[in-house]
Amino acid sequence: MDEASVISLEALKQGDRQEFARLVDLYAGQVYRLALKMLNDPLDAEDVLQNTFLKALQSIDTFEGRSSLSTWLYRIAANEALMLLRRQRSEVSLGDSSSDDDHDDEYTPREFTDWCCLPEEEFLTAESRQALDDAIQKLPEKLRIVFVLRDIEGLSIEETSRVLGLSEAAVKTRLLRARLHLRNTLSFYFRERVAERKS
Amino acid sequence: MSGQVRCQDLLASLSDYVDGVLDEALCREIEAHMAACPNCRVVVDTLRKTIYLYHQMSKEPATLPSVVQERLYRMLHLDDYRKL
Repeated sequence: MDEASVISLEALKQGDRQEFARLVDLYAGQVYRLALKMLNDPLDAEDVLQNTFLKALQSIDTFEGRSSLSTWLYRIAANEALMLLRRQRSEVSLGDSSSDDDHDDEYTPREFTDWCCLPEEEFLTAESRQALDDAIQKLPEKLRIVFVLRDIEGLSIEETSRVLGLSEAAVKTRLLRARLHLRNTLSFYFRERVAERKS
Repeated sequence: MSGQVRCQDLLASLSDYVDGVLDEALCREIEAHMAACPNCRVVVDTLRKTIYLYHQMSKEPATLPSVVQERLYRMLHLDDYRKL
């Protein structure tokens, strides 16, 4: 949807409540999904959702319109989600950041079963969908946020780099690692489905 | 390892290849490599399938549970503008 035709930045800056409600209507679902994929917890995702729109409401005056409103909202939401994850991690492990380490062996291909041949309904079961969600949670945070923005929310490489304040080259590298990491995880899961069908 | 492209080289170009934005000459090299390297062929096919599965997931409408929507509008003092 072309947001310029839907949302008036001028009205937002003038404090038009109805216009802000339209902004919430348009983007709350996407912000909530991003938060849910990042945090895997509905209550945490709701916190991120509320904080994102609260901060947007408080700082709309300073929004200069250099990016789209959606990119701006995604940036606030991504920061909120990452901050919450870091806060939770420091509470649990007193600053140990090992859970976000990015090891080469996590994305170097190790499983070569061809599971593309599985029938389509195999990918649509509740269990398979859960496996897809679980695989996202196994990604290190810095890869997860890039993957969610690019491949779940459908942002371009350029938009993703603007949201995260990273170079496009860095986004591409992290996206590749995230995709290969997920391929590995799913390959170990679907390998079992292939074996079950053969037995 | 086979052909001019090594498995490790292929890995570095994989995202661009499956997204269809890789230079045509490099695509041809990769395809020649895959024809002789079954493992790389599987990696490319399953990577493409992985991305496809997540894209399918993202096509589902991003809707808010109604209680979450209600609490959000209340917190923002926008109750009067909430669409039910």
